Amino acid sequence: MSDPSSDNTLSVRDLRVRYGEREILHGISFDVPRGETLVILGGSGSGKSTLLRTLVGLQPASSGEVLIRGQDIAKMSAEDLDETRKKIGLSFQGGALFGSMTVGENVSLPLREHTQLEESTIQIIMRLKLEQVGLAGFENYMPSQLSGGMKKRAAVARAMAMDPEILFFDEPSAGLDPIIAAGIDNLILKLKKAFRMTIIVVTHELASAFLIADSMLLINKGDIVAHGSMEEMRNSTHPRVRQFLDRVPEPEVSEEMDYLQMLTGEAPPRAL
Amino acid sequence: MAFFDSVGRNTIGGLAYVGGLARLSGRAAYFTLIGPFKGKALRWSRAFHQAMAVGIEALPILSTITFFVGLILALQGAYELRKFGALQYVAGGVAVSMSRELGPLMTAIVVIGRSGSAFAAEIGTMKVTEEIDALTTMALNPVQFLVTPKFLAMILMLPCLTTWADFMGVMGGAVFGVTGANFTLHGYVQATLDALLVRDIVTGLIKSVMFGAVITAVGCYEGFETGGGAEEVGRSTTSAVVMSIFLVIVVDLVFTSLFYVLGR
Repeated sequence: MSDPSSDNTLSVRDLRVRYGEREILHGISFDVPRGETLVILGGSGSGKSTLLRTLVGLQPASSGEVLIRGQDIAKMSAEDLDETRKKIGLSFQGGALFGSMTVGENVSLPLREHTQLEESTIQIIMRLKLEQVGLAGFENYMPSQLSGGMKKRAAVARAMAMDPEILFFDEPSAGLDPIIAAGIDNLILKLKKAFRMTIIVVTHELASAFLIADSMLLINKGDIVAHGSMEEMRNSTHPRVRQFLDRVPEPEVSEEMDYLQMLTGEAPPRAL
Repeated sequence: MAFFDSVGRNTIGGLAYVGGLARLSGRAAYFTLIGPFKGKALRWSRAFHQAMAVGIEALPILSTITFFVGLILALQGAYELRKFGALQYVAGGVAVSMSRELGPLMTAIVVIGRSGSAFAAEIGTMKVTEEIDALTTMALNPVQFLVTPKFLAMILMLPCLTTWADFMGVMGGAVFGVTGANFTLHGYVQATLDALLVRDIVTGLIKSVMFGAVITAVGCYEGFETGGGAEEVGRSTTSAVVMSIFLVIVVDLVFTSLFYVLGR
């Protein structure tokens, strides 16, 4: 093919995102080949959530490009952006299921809104999607009647309703007990094997990252620290990667005078 | 300097707020009036559900309140009119004040309390739980999906509710007319019909449509402006109510002045 980016479902070029004066992402670039699972790792406040919001077009980029199937989402018309959005699915951290609708209605909503399918077909697809995430028979439950893990599964079913080419997960195992979290990891692995979807997962859970990833991206304070395969990450000697993988806390403020001054507020706080 | 600074800031803040309302209303109007011709179907079934919630379910409380307001108007009017021996004008006084002013206004106040606050709470909660973001990523426009049905429902239901409020107000006045002013029920209704002009009712209904638009715009705007966290939903619900009452009064003043000038 002539266009080198066409092998990549998603490409990010020198992406910068600013909230007012504060720059959150300082020029990030990476590619995700078709069918690959990328795990974006980072601590709290690293900018990984902002990165995810920018990738799906919820947060506009200040500069740089987000290319989905070779097209820059910032340059698309509203109609083209909507067409692209129908090809991506996002599973939100808290599920973000519509509380006024049943689980089944949540899953079938994109089909009802975006396709001309018959109601009976929509029902079949909806049941199929719920079955794939292990929620067969729950279509008439309200989201409030589901546990946290079930909500996440239902959210995955809804994200998959339109058979997306790219599936995004925001913190899939956050707030779940280890057994349920492992279940979500297995679900992602299953989807990866069965549908060969491009999957992008934002998480800080190391165990699940090493289980599901083809490649990993570690970001810290808005910069990419490392990008590579699991082996490369494991063998990395980069201090930040080691700190993250070995779970070493940030060094504490050591000087007692600084601490006193911080408490009394007499001296300007030091830049962190 | 601090004074001018704060005046400037408040002015800019107020203008930004009104600008935000106008932008939201404009987009809702686009999806209501132009969208259907561009293949974006109106959500009649959602609008119908909203209309039930805004309109039908408000009837008991609205009926009670406007019945009492009609009775109060009659009592207050009679207090002054009896000095002139003009008690027979109570019917006309109640009818004109209800249809021109208090019918639309009391309806708006009741709807603000029931529905304006509910719009802010619903959209605010959806914002906090990322449901608004979920709509966007599913290529469903939140304004089209959530605001347009509310606009349709409010703009259709407020005039209906106002008409009913006018009627209940007249009925409240009739209680005094029959018990305290020597009217028969038939005579009271006849006096009401003689005093009322079509213009009185129409100006009231025009105002009620404007109130419906204002209440929807403020309720939804406050919902979309909700920051993170549950307490923020409470804050936007409160400010939706306060802001709606304020803006309804402002719109009322503008239109009443306009009708006064036009009606001379």
